[in-house]
Amino acid sequence: MTRTPVALAVMGLVVALVAADLAGSAPLNPYQAPPMLALGSGLAATGAHCAAPVVD
Amino acid sequence: MAETSMAATGGGSDMARRGLLVGGVLIAALAVAALAGARYGALLLVGLGFGIALEGLRFGFAGPWRAMILRRDPAGLLAQLVSIGLVALAAFPLLASNGEELFGAHAPIGVAMVGGAFVFGAAMQLVMGCGSGTLVNAGSGNVVGAVALPFFALGSFAGAYNLDWWISLGTAPVVVLDGTDGLIATLAGLAAVAAVVLWLAPKEARRIPRRLWVAAAVIAALAILNLVIAGQPWGIVYGLGLWAAKGAQAVGADLSGSAFWTAPTNAERLQQSILTDVTSLTNIGLIGGAFLASVWRRGLGKGLPKLSALAWASTIVAGFLLGYSSRLAFGCNVGAFFSGVSTGSLHGWAWFAAAFFGAYWGVKLRPKLGLEV
Repeated sequence: MTRTPVALAVMGLVVALVAADLAGSAPLNPYQAPPMLALGSGLAATGAHCAAPVVD
Repeated sequence: MAETSMAATGGGSDMARRGLLVGGVLIAALAVAALAGARYGALLLVGLGFGIALEGLRFGFAGPWRAMILRRDPAGLLAQLVSIGLVALAAFPLLASNGEELFGAHAPIGVAMVGGAFVFGAAMQLVMGCGSGTLVNAGSGNVVGAVALPFFALGSFAGAYNLDWWISLGTAPVVVLDGTDGLIATLAGLAAVAAVVLWLAPKEARRIPRRLWVAAAVIAALAILNLVIAGQPWGIVYGLGLWAAKGAQAVGADLSGSAFWTAPTNAERLQQSILTDVTSLTNIGLIGGAFLASVWRRGLGKGLPKLSALAWASTIVAGFLLGYSSRLAFGCNVGAFFSGVSTGSLHGWAWFAAAFFGAYWGVKLRPKLGLEV
């Protein structure tokens, strides 16, 4: 057995993850999306990061 | 003539395969941009770039640390230090002049943080994959990485669930090196580590191959892009924990008892799609980029290792520990070490020291668990 079926299975699981997430999450709205670049946007950064404290 | 014709056909099929891959990647990024917004499509492309660079140029963390510990081969570790230094050169002034729009990977040093980094360092040697490495390994068909990945996600979710308790064991205030003085101190620290590493290495090994110079520069450029686009540095672990948390929520788990998952930012992330989450997008890109690089150079034909039941059980436990410990440590080799140090967080340095010590023991433990084949 080679790596091919493993890689294809992983990619399949990633696609399934995204599909399940889209079905169960709030609908996407590109018109309310932030500007492409955070730098220069004038908006406070709001993303979640591994280094963030528990309560924000 | 027939051989020439066959070679031409093979070349044509290679071109078609590669064209399909590149086309597929661009369509995926455009679809995310159209559905979720331009920022998210751009972040998927950044993640794909990370995956292609890490797999295509063989830039990593677990392997080079092992090489340094076992053979005193410093090349990969030196390349990491160069890449971190390049990011710091851009990140420090960007953070100093855009403090509202951008933030660094800043976290406190604490008992659980140091212990978590130690365990992460050991576990990453067991599965031969760190935060980024496990994603890249899974995408390139490495079966150990593929098995470890879901347990990594579960561990990240579980570690985050009780993170407040772990923090209560003892945590110092956040210390950030910033401004010109902070940048000079960070570069001096990186140079000091490089000097020690070079001193320990045999004379003939005291060099960085061209491939790793290129990789260090490409990874640094992508990390700076990550910061400019997302407003935050490159990270891995948060996204994996979020995937597991969303899965738990989907099967009816009640997360209201967790201070972490009920915090406003995290509660919002649980409601929104992962296609609007920074680390989820770059993680997906990492897996996809590694897949693309492997298919591109026909790297999926390698055979799979034959491992014992003990080795598989160790892979599962180590995968879980990778996730759990990196939450306690406020990040993995990427979020804490690479991004922490390059954006001035003192916890990144503590993480490096503890994780490297852990890696030493992980290297020792690996053959005892049947993971050397």
